[in-house]
Amino acid sequence: MKNGFLHNFYQHNGKVLGTTLLVVMTFWIGVLIILPQLSMLDYSLREYLPSGEVGDYTLKNYRHLIYGAEGASDAYNYVDLKVFMRTIIAAICVTIFNLLLCYPIAFFLGQVAKGMKLRIFAMLLIIPYWINEILRAFALKIIFGATGMINAVLIGMGILDEPFDFIRADVALYAGLGYAYILLMVFPMYNVIESLDGNQIEAARDLGAPWWRIHWRIVVPYAKPGISSGCTMVFMLSAGALAAPQILGGPSSLWFTQIIYQWFNDGGNWSQGAAYAVVLLVSCIIIVLAFMKLFKVNMGDIGK
Amino acid sequence: MSAGVGVNLENLWIRFGDFVAVRDANVNINGGDFFSFLGPSGCGKTTILRSVSGFLDPSEGRVLIGGNDMAGIGPNKRPTALIFQNLALFPLMKVWENITFSMEIAGASAKERRKRADELLDMIALPGQGDKLPSELSGGQKQRVAIARALCAEPDVLLLDEPLSALDLKLRQHMRTELREIQKRVGITFIYITHDQGEALTMSDNIAVMKAGIIDQIGDGKTIYNDPSTAFVASFVGENNVFRGTVKEIRGKEALIATNRSGDLVSRISTANQGKMKVGDEAMMFIRPEALSIAETGSAGDHFVTAKVNHEEFEGNTFNIFTEGDGGKEIKVSIPNLGQTFEDHTGQQITLEYETQNAVAVPAGELATE
Repeated sequence: MKNGFLHNFYQHNGKVLGTTLLVVMTFWIGVLIILPQLSMLDYSLREYLPSGEVGDYTLKNYRHLIYGAEGASDAYNYVDLKVFMRTIIAAICVTIFNLLLCYPIAFFLGQVAKGMKLRIFAMLLIIPYWINEILRAFALKIIFGATGMINAVLIGMGILDEPFDFIRADVALYAGLGYAYILLMVFPMYNVIESLDGNQIEAARDLGAPWWRIHWRIVVPYAKPGISSGCTMVFMLSAGALAAPQILGGPSSLWFTQIIYQWFNDGGNWSQGAAYAVVLLVSCIIIVLAFMKLFKVNMGDIGK
Repeated sequence: MSAGVGVNLENLWIRFGDFVAVRDANVNINGGDFFSFLGPSGCGKTTILRSVSGFLDPSEGRVLIGGNDMAGIGPNKRPTALIFQNLALFPLMKVWENITFSMEIAGASAKERRKRADELLDMIALPGQGDKLPSELSGGQKQRVAIARALCAEPDVLLLDEPLSALDLKLRQHMRTELREIQKRVGITFIYITHDQGEALTMSDNIAVMKAGIIDQIGDGKTIYNDPSTAFVASFVGENNVFRGTVKEIRGKEALIATNRSGDLVSRISTANQGKMKVGDEAMMFIRPEALSIAETGSAGDHFVTAKVNHEEFEGNTFNIFTEGDGGKEIKVSIPNLGQTFEDHTGQQITLEYETQNAVAVPAGELATE
């Protein structure tokens, strides 16, 4: 049993392939994931020096998010904290909205649609994603614009007298974020729901359950791993989105990622940017873990 | 007979596109009966069951439960409960929650449900197992939980779709007895779907034998076995030897059949076909392996068959002789093992005899393939 895993791994893949796989995996996880994150963490803990020299370790950058610049008039950094909270709450809302929108789609794909219908429907979902994210965002901006299709239709039908500013009201932003991650919500749920034995739905129906009860007691509990993995991805990606808020956000509505971007890019203050990014990452992980605890989801379920 | 609720199928047709799954079925199932639909897979028996449970609408005709037309009434509103072939227990619910799911829907309190679950668990001989998950139970235990879940809904009619097919032989035989006992105890109508004639014969009050969407015969087990009305029923239910030929002479309830291979043989005409078979008709005659024996004296006449023995086998309770037969099929003779000595007949011509009452003639028709 000594070195059991490695021994089996080599038995299964052979020496050459096994070694290649190990090297590639180590490179991927180590060099592409862990090292960059560690260097960000390192940046965030160092004093920013405009000259580009390496500063000493300090918590100043984190302090800045909470209390603002030293000598600022407010007791707390209200501006950044507000954006931070708003980003988190909006990301949660986008996730919930996406869940409500995608559950029926996933159920339809997984249990109702068969054969050709299923393939056509899945294609209709996938093909729009061939268009790149920026183009899709601009297209939404046009549709939601003052002279866009939606306003034109609403005014034409007499529902509105003058164009409604969907951009300023963040409707366009939420729609854009929601739309961007539909597939990431649909497919994990579809995967699980598809494997649900249809007889269970019929059995519940046969025992007298109305349709909503069947979903609540049979389908949703069964789909929980898919739901949680979809929600996790959509939440993480919405909270970390940059392009959609940049293009679809109103003039006053900053997303927290935009502040991070400004620190890195416009301010050139990588230490400050890194600290903000680390805070966002850690907060998102904590929130996801908290929700998982609340809904009794195991870590292993996420991978299903 | 009893106070149970009966089920009637009236001129029931079910089509899927051009395919006719059920053709003009007329069945009256008495309240409190254990009624089986028996037939090979794909014969339409499950389709009939689904139309009774409400998952399928008939293309034509009616399904009546307790005299009420069920048209437009969904499966969740019918007084039926279905036990699925794969049982379809809810894997994430505990056994007691599974059993009382119908009460949960009706809004019963957890305490009431728990109490009822315990009663039913006692009934199915699984006391104290309510807190387990279905995955922690054995095949036979799951089976019983599925029955309890269906009975908990207090249906008037329990529908069972080959529920024993996933079990191993021993357990299947044990569950037959158990199902029959449960049915007698609760006194409701059971409609049972199976392709296993042993199951149908041992448990049922009445059996409908189906072939390709058509119900060939309805009757109790003895009638189906002893007095089949078609060649299909004769060949599907139990082992049977077939002799093809034409009707040479009708003698009241008996017929003399000129068989293709074994000369003229006399046979009883099955009840459903009496008065219908005419001289010159193509006919099939069936004799069960256990009704044939080796002739001690005599060899000529209309109840003797002479054939060459292909091979023999010893099966424990019987000694089986296989001779050349009609249309590539062998004639099987089963002689009960009562301790006598058997001689080897392989390669010899032997003469078999039977009693007229043990041979049954029906019009020529399709045989069961298996």
